[in-house]
Amino acid sequence: MILRTILGGTALACIAGAGAAQELNALVWCDHTDDALIEPFEQEHGVTVNLREYEGTGAALALLDQSRPGDWDVMVIDGIDVFRAVEAGYLAELPVDELPTGDFFPEVVMEANNVVDGKTYAVTEKFGYNTISFNSDKVDPADMDDLAAVWSEKYDGRLSIYDYYLPVMGLAAIAEGIPTAEIGADNLETIGGTLSDMRARAASVAGVVAAQTALATGEVDIVVGGGEWLTAVLAEERPELTWTIPEQGAVRWAQSIGVVEGSENPDLALEFVKYIVSPEGQARLATSSCFWGMPANARAGEILTDEQKAVLRWDDQPDYLSRTQLYPAPDADLDIEMQDLWLETLQQ
Amino acid sequence: MTGTRAGWGFVAPALIWTLAFFVLPFAVMGAMSLATLDGRTLVWGLSLSNYAELAEKAYLWRAVVVSLEITLTVTALSVLLAYPLAWIIAYRVPERWQRLALLLAILPFWTSYVVRSYAWLLVLSREGVVNQALIGLGLTAEPVTLANTRLATVTGFVHFFVMLLTLTIYANLRQLSPNYRRAAMDLGANAVQTFRHVILPLTLPGIVTGAFLTFVLCIGDYITPQILGGNTELTVPQVIMVQLGRRADFPLASALALVLMALVTLAYLAGARWLRVDRL
Repeated sequence: MILRTILGGTALACIAGAGAAQELNALVWCDHTDDALIEPFEQEHGVTVNLREYEGTGAALALLDQSRPGDWDVMVIDGIDVFRAVEAGYLAELPVDELPTGDFFPEVVMEANNVVDGKTYAVTEKFGYNTISFNSDKVDPADMDDLAAVWSEKYDGRLSIYDYYLPVMGLAAIAEGIPTAEIGADNLETIGGTLSDMRARAASVAGVVAAQTALATGEVDIVVGGGEWLTAVLAEERPELTWTIPEQGAVRWAQSIGVVEGSENPDLALEFVKYIVSPEGQARLATSSCFWGMPANARAGEILTDEQKAVLRWDDQPDYLSRTQLYPAPDADLDIEMQDLWLETLQQ
Repeated sequence: MTGTRAGWGFVAPALIWTLAFFVLPFAVMGAMSLATLDGRTLVWGLSLSNYAELAEKAYLWRAVVVSLEITLTVTALSVLLAYPLAWIIAYRVPERWQRLALLLAILPFWTSYVVRSYAWLLVLSREGVVNQALIGLGLTAEPVTLANTRLATVTGFVHFFVMLLTLTIYANLRQLSPNYRRAAMDLGANAVQTFRHVILPLTLPGIVTGAFLTFVLCIGDYITPQILGGNTELTVPQVIMVQLGRRADFPLASALALVLMALVTLAYLAGARWLRVDRL
């Protein structure tokens, strides 16, 4: 209790004016910190949106654990982790009839993730792929269509692996013909073997900025687990840095947004969610300066320019959506096993 | 009695500060390390299971070894490079230029630590300055892998800590009276003997103090190995971050943090005889 009070106080100190009128406190990913996305909402409603960026669902839930009800109004969360926030009681029910999910790409409405016991707690706002990014001047693009060729001897030392175990292990599973939804303790050994092969060929295991830097500087020619979110912001200056979805398929990521339970500004919070999933908000979020990704709402296509849609591969989405799988959503026990396997592989 | 009260009054701010920002967080971390996670629920208790994981999971133990290897290498290299630099500034640079020389020595401190690490990544990359120079000089036909290695991590660390150690050793050297050297020379000692039997022992407190600071800062650093090491091997702070990021496993992270503190304590005990914080 003492710890909770102290940490809660610290968290409060970090957000000036938390809970004050005309202010909205949002836990977000970096793509929401783009002024081009937030300022139109602030100006329209005459409010200030306080943004707190976080990495990792665990960190966000810990922050909510340490906060008082009402400290936070809106939360962006990994689509596969919505259930964790709902279990912890941190997400409020959304009025589904006020959300434009009818305009969404059907595959990313993701009711299985955003709806719990018949109640909608979050709505998908953006999606993309953890697949293969590469430098088309340095590698044979045809090789990138086969996952086994990507981490073959031919590209020894020329690839980097994205530093997040769930999508990368999902890709390893797909390479072995294991659907991501069927990853379990019984097939981790097989996945671990592929992961080891991948790791043995890799020059580095890198986060977003490091992977972008490695690709841009020629340190590596391939990023396993990359995708449009990695190379789209470089598309204008470095068109040779591109991405593809191999024949075996790839992993699909999705992020959701919801209203935090106990928000002191529930109406304003809902307005923010509605703005983010509106065609205008979606177009701005899709092309955020932090990272690009596909908007969940297909009507954003009416606002995005042809050049932007080309970078996002708008016309290829039906094909991509049909060939990709949502990345693994392990329960707590399997998550520990997967994380252990990942760390063991990195330490090899 | 009044004197006692006044004494408590004087020490109270420091005492409260220490209790609030060291003892209490330390106690919380200690208690947390004995707790467990049941799913996402924190279960307080007196379990040693988090410490047992160190023995059970090879990657955790390996992280401790990697952290120690990197830290000891960095500390040794930093001392070896900083001592001659501090010596040159203290004894070879004219007094009026010493302030400028020190300023130049610590100039890299003025840039962001993260920016400096990324700068090193570019310098060491396959198409970076170092590889271009090696190829240009005909020393290698193909680029050498320098970035995303332990060498890169150590380079980034040493660049930073040489500056720190130069300051502590320089301060120590400047406090030495020149009469010590003169006396040793008068007694027939040559330059090497003077250094070995007079100067070095007298500057040991400055060296050990700087080395201890290097050890403490290096073993707990997350940024440099994360950016320059390329996750080709993991240190303890990197493993701690993984535990917190998705699963929020604060109990295991706390146990690992206490292991780091135990290593720092051992380093302190090893150098306690020579540690002189007043030489900073």
